[in-house]
Amino acid sequence: MHSFGYRANALFTFSVTALAFICAIASLSDNFSDQNPSAEIQILNINRFKKQSYENDEVSLTLDITADLQSLFTWNTKQVFAFVAAEYETPKNSLNQVSLWDAIIPDKEHAKFRIQTSNKYRFIDQGHNLRGKEFNLTLHWHVMPKTGKMFADKIVMPGYSLPDAYK
Amino acid sequence: MGWIGETVDSIKSIKIRQLLTQAITLGMIVTSALIIWKCLMCVTGTESPVVVVLSGSMEPGFKRGDILFLHMTKEPIRAGEIVVFNVDGRDIPIVHRAIKVHERENTGHVDVLTKGDNNDVDDIGLYADGQFWLHRHHIMGRAVGFLPYVGWVTIIMSEKPIIKYILIGALGLLVITSKD
Repeated sequence: MHSFGYRANALFTFSVTALAFICAIASLSDNFSDQNPSAEIQILNINRFKKQSYENDEVSLTLDITADLQSLFTWNTKQVFAFVAAEYETPKNSLNQVSLWDAIIPDKEHAKFRIQTSNKYRFIDQGHNLRGKEFNLTLHWHVMPKTGKMFADKIVMPGYSLPDAYK
Repeated sequence: MGWIGETVDSIKSIKIRQLLTQAITLGMIVTSALIIWKCLMCVTGTESPVVVVLSGSMEPGFKRGDILFLHMTKEPIRAGEIVVFNVDGRDIPIVHRAIKVHERENTGHVDVLTKGDNNDVDDIGLYADGQFWLHRHHIMGRAVGFLPYVGWVTIIMSEKPIIKYILIGALGLLVITSKD
């Protein structure tokens, strides 16, 4: 009854249960943190704006991104993945989301930042609808935990528009 | 040595009725594991509710050997979500983040482009020849939960099959010789 194998099994089962319980509690504790992130984005310059040879509009911009994501960090946060996407509607598509810039924020010290950058990923439309286009810039974040549930949310900033002519 | 002797003795002393009971116990364990897995499939709506991360393309968020819990709902795919997708001609599903989404007006048809957080370029090179976008049917689920290291058990077992056989053998022996 109380053989070595029996005891080893009991010990193993108990430690796995305890670990699972601790992980669950750690993940649950994320729900009680107070989150008030803020962000501001300006378009500094339209670097290039043209129609590609195969008929899709492409634009290159320089963005000025200011954000404070410090409140997203809890003791169970491994990193925060932040990205800025242009979001707009076209006659063909009810939603277009094009990621322009992203970053992995490893800790709280780097979560308050200001960066001036041109778009990291190409901003290409499916078609040629970008002239004079109104669009939103949205700062999304994805909180990746040390263990447990992942969280995501966003700040939508409306009222940006592209010029009426190619450049 | 005493332990081995005991084990041999207990194997010798097995009666047919006891053997049957133990076979049934073993069967119960295997079938209840299967039932749990199939129930998870129903609840999460994806054919593999749990996946093991095999590559470092999402580091430092997900490392090799971490496990992800997947969920698949009717809700549309959005940029920033971490999706698990199958590419035609590849056996192993890939876990990457959606960076571009174009959704049609009425049909619900969606074009998705993905990229690994740790990769320098997007995934067009990983897709099948001539494929530029992922569509709904490629996507198996989106990652909603994370647990570190646990997946190493399956990685070790699939890469060193000998360990798997030793483990199965030892467990089988334990079941046969247990007197409960």
